[in-house]
Amino acid sequence: MTEITLDVNGKKVTKTVPDNTLLSTFLRDHLNLTGTHVGCDTSQCGACVVHVDGESLKSCTTLAADIADSKVTTIEGLASNGKMHPMQEAFKKMHGLQCGFCTPGMVMSAIDLLNKNKDPSDKEIRDWLEGNICRCTGYQNIVAAVKEASSKM
Amino acid sequence: MASLVGSRVERKEDKRFLTGKGRYTSDINLVNQTHAVFVRSPHARAKIKKLDISKASKASGVVSILTGNEIAEDKIGGLIAGWAIRSEDGTEMKCPANPPLAKDNVNFVGDPIAIVIADSLDEAKVAAEMVKVDYKVLKAVTGTADAMKGDAIHDGINKNLCFDWLLGDRQKVKEAFDKADKVISIDIINNRLVPNAMEPRACVADYNSGSDEITLYTTSQNPHLSRLIMSAFGNVAPEHKLRVVAPDVGGGFGSKINVYNEDIVCSWAAKKINRAIKWVAERSESFLTDIHGRDHVTHAELAVTNDGKFLGFKNETIANLGAYARVFGTVTPTYLFGPCATGVYDIPAAYSNVKAVFTNTAPVDAYRGAGRPEATYTIERLVEKTAMELGIDRTEIRKKNFPSSFPFKQTLVHTVDSGDYVAGLDKAKQMADYDGFQARKKDSESRGKLRGIGVTSYFEACGIAPSAAVMSLGCGVGLWESAEVRFNPTGQVTVYTGSHSHGQSHQTTFAQIAADELGVPMENIDIVHGDTDKGTFGMGTYGSRSLTVGGIAIVKACNKIVEKGKRVAAKMLEASPDEVDFKDGEFIVAKSNKKKTIGEVAFALYLPGSRDSEFKSPLPEGEEPGLKETSFFDPANFSFPAGSHIAEVEIDPDTGEVKLEKYTACDDFGRIVNPMIVEGQVHGGLAQGIGQALYENAEYDETGQLMTGSYMDYTMPRADNFPEFNIGYTCTHATTNPLGVKGCGEAGAIAAPPTVMNAVIDALGGQEITMPATAEKVWKACKSMKKSNAKAA
Repeated sequence: MTEITLDVNGKKVTKTVPDNTLLSTFLRDHLNLTGTHVGCDTSQCGACVVHVDGESLKSCTTLAADIADSKVTTIEGLASNGKMHPMQEAFKKMHGLQCGFCTPGMVMSAIDLLNKNKDPSDKEIRDWLEGNICRCTGYQNIVAAVKEASSKM
Repeated sequence: MASLVGSRVERKEDKRFLTGKGRYTSDINLVNQTHAVFVRSPHARAKIKKLDISKASKASGVVSILTGNEIAEDKIGGLIAGWAIRSEDGTEMKCPANPPLAKDNVNFVGDPIAIVIADSLDEAKVAAEMVKVDYKVLKAVTGTADAMKGDAIHDGINKNLCFDWLLGDRQKVKEAFDKADKVISIDIINNRLVPNAMEPRACVADYNSGSDEITLYTTSQNPHLSRLIMSAFGNVAPEHKLRVVAPDVGGGFGSKINVYNEDIVCSWAAKKINRAIKWVAERSESFLTDIHGRDHVTHAELAVTNDGKFLGFKNETIANLGAYARVFGTVTPTYLFGPCATGVYDIPAAYSNVKAVFTNTAPVDAYRGAGRPEATYTIERLVEKTAMELGIDRTEIRKKNFPSSFPFKQTLVHTVDSGDYVAGLDKAKQMADYDGFQARKKDSESRGKLRGIGVTSYFEACGIAPSAAVMSLGCGVGLWESAEVRFNPTGQVTVYTGSHSHGQSHQTTFAQIAADELGVPMENIDIVHGDTDKGTFGMGTYGSRSLTVGGIAIVKACNKIVEKGKRVAAKMLEASPDEVDFKDGEFIVAKSNKKKTIGEVAFALYLPGSRDSEFKSPLPEGEEPGLKETSFFDPANFSFPAGSHIAEVEIDPDTGEVKLEKYTACDDFGRIVNPMIVEGQVHGGLAQGIGQALYENAEYDETGQLMTGSYMDYTMPRADNFPEFNIGYTCTHATTNPLGVKGCGEAGAIAAPPTVMNAVIDALGGQEITMPATAEKVWKACKSMKKSNAKAA
């Protein structure tokens, strides 16, 4: 067992968990933050993407112990004072989601893209999202949502 | 009040999903729950000689290990085929028993043998590894084409043949072929796909010994149907003691129609151990045990005149059912496939003959489009080949054979109520700049690239319902849909639908419909689905039926509300009911300014008390209090969306890489309720259809091991695989429902595979290749093209 302290969505949390606890398990099972999803077992689908110290990371292949004392942001931590983040708003406006399962990872990944590239082209958006699989939308409205957000962020 | 139907309204469900507040089955944790892991067969075909759980049972944290023996002792029933199909010779189809836990034989890799239940998931996993199974491995049958030649894998089923079905008239077809100038034939493989909803299947089963009730949370597209099957066939519990909840479900595409082994086993086991059980599939389990789609081998022939008129059509198909026949397993390659195989064409004589075979692979069932993509692929590849061989423009030959008027009595089964196929194809051509293709091809060639264009015109029979029709075709139940509309005393409305949304946006579109019908603001309308304890029995969501059947049930229930409201408003306004009109949420007495809002009428119907005056009931004599109405809608016919799609690809002959340059879809879905949501449905369907054409393939080796069992091996389409889709519509209203809607969920997956493959094969100068058109296959085709070009020179 290992004691792990993280700053999750602006709150300091300390839990004693098995050494092999993945960050996705830590968030979902130990903190009940079930917005982060697990869609595969090979680190391909990207439903589990969160931010660790501001960078997007697949939480299903990250040991919680490996990022101890980091600052983690999950989908639950994006809205402030009840107002959704511009990326969340853009996904809603452009119909960038259907079943919603891949959405948290998609949104977290897209925010990281805009943090690095304020005005990406369609191609840059599509290339960046290569690590996030969506089976519902055909990606077109996700790309449109990221473009919409880039004009607002 | 402006109509909401037809408006681009943002989705009511989005905030929940975007802020991490969606509640999927795997998010549910119950007090004192246990965790389950299934022991599965690593062999495609084997006898279970011995199963030893003694060591595993003593492992840390293990609560119970249950096997096929206990399932059999408790007389828990197996999984079923929902449709009975009769062979051409009049005999009934032959299906093997499919016990929830295999006891004696296993028939595909992943077939479950035992459930290991422990206090934690890790403990369950460790114990599952300690279960010892002694197998006698037998030779597996895996290939579709040769399945009838292999060993019989189920006792009593000769040649592994479930049925040998015929639709159509062989004699008439023979006569048509005798008259033909030419016969064009084609051999097709419709590749096996894995549906791959992003949320892996999961279930949480709970048991309350006080009330003797089982509650099952599960990833289902049709919770009521699941409950019915588990109760009536599975013997798990009577329906009133079994509650099935399908909360937020992360995509289905047909793969979550079926009741699965795990649903039955966990529900049964939760009662046995008197504790809740949670099971969540790993993705590799999903690959092995979710139903798969497609997997046909087809030989088809088209008899034509020299000027391109179609005279007759033959379709000889072998359809792989996998190891067992499941709910839509037998209807998918027959009535969902055979009738549509003549496509949008008026072909006077046709037949579809389908031999459905069992193999040692995962069960094959309905995957987005279900039968209609296979049908469309067959006819549209064949028509394209015919155009090429006769030297007629691919769009002209199509037009020449479109029906001349509607309703169109299609050759095999359907009477298509409405459509305008010429307008659809013309608009698609214009959207795609079809006439500019030759210039673009020259440009590609100047860069050393090959360019091809492909066209598909399709129709589909969906809105899966008419009970009389489906039951005459062998369905085990009628496929109507229910809706219940309840007013609260203070005027908000809750609509209960028997259909289920797992991405389709019912909370929004159904609220748009009810808002228009009732004149109540959309924000005051909630749509409830997915819980057998809440709504009326319903049939669920598949076959593009939610709007065309379920949506109409909502309209009908709203109509009943308005009728009752009129009677009551009349009494309140001291008028007769036939003097009262209803518009924009108000009951108005004609030629007067006397009116009551629907909210006031609802309030009055709940008989609010009053201390100030003598009680005067607003209810007419004999009228019951309350405002709640139910409707069960059973349409007169299927609905028939149609359209034309055009794709353009560029191929790099040095690498074989296919680049989809342009994709145009022009569809006729009838009236559109929410254009934003319809666009999303089209995009998603296209991505799956293009995925089938260019990337996806589920492949078993000869021993029955799935070679493509993870996202490392099965190519899921990514964002960078697609161009921006060019979407347009034509519109003819369906005449069989009051909204004129036709359904839009499956169109993309139906039309895209032949559209893309026609373009690829056009670029390859007519050289046939199979789906998916991988770089390797295309590169080889380019090489042989070079050779034959060199020879010709």
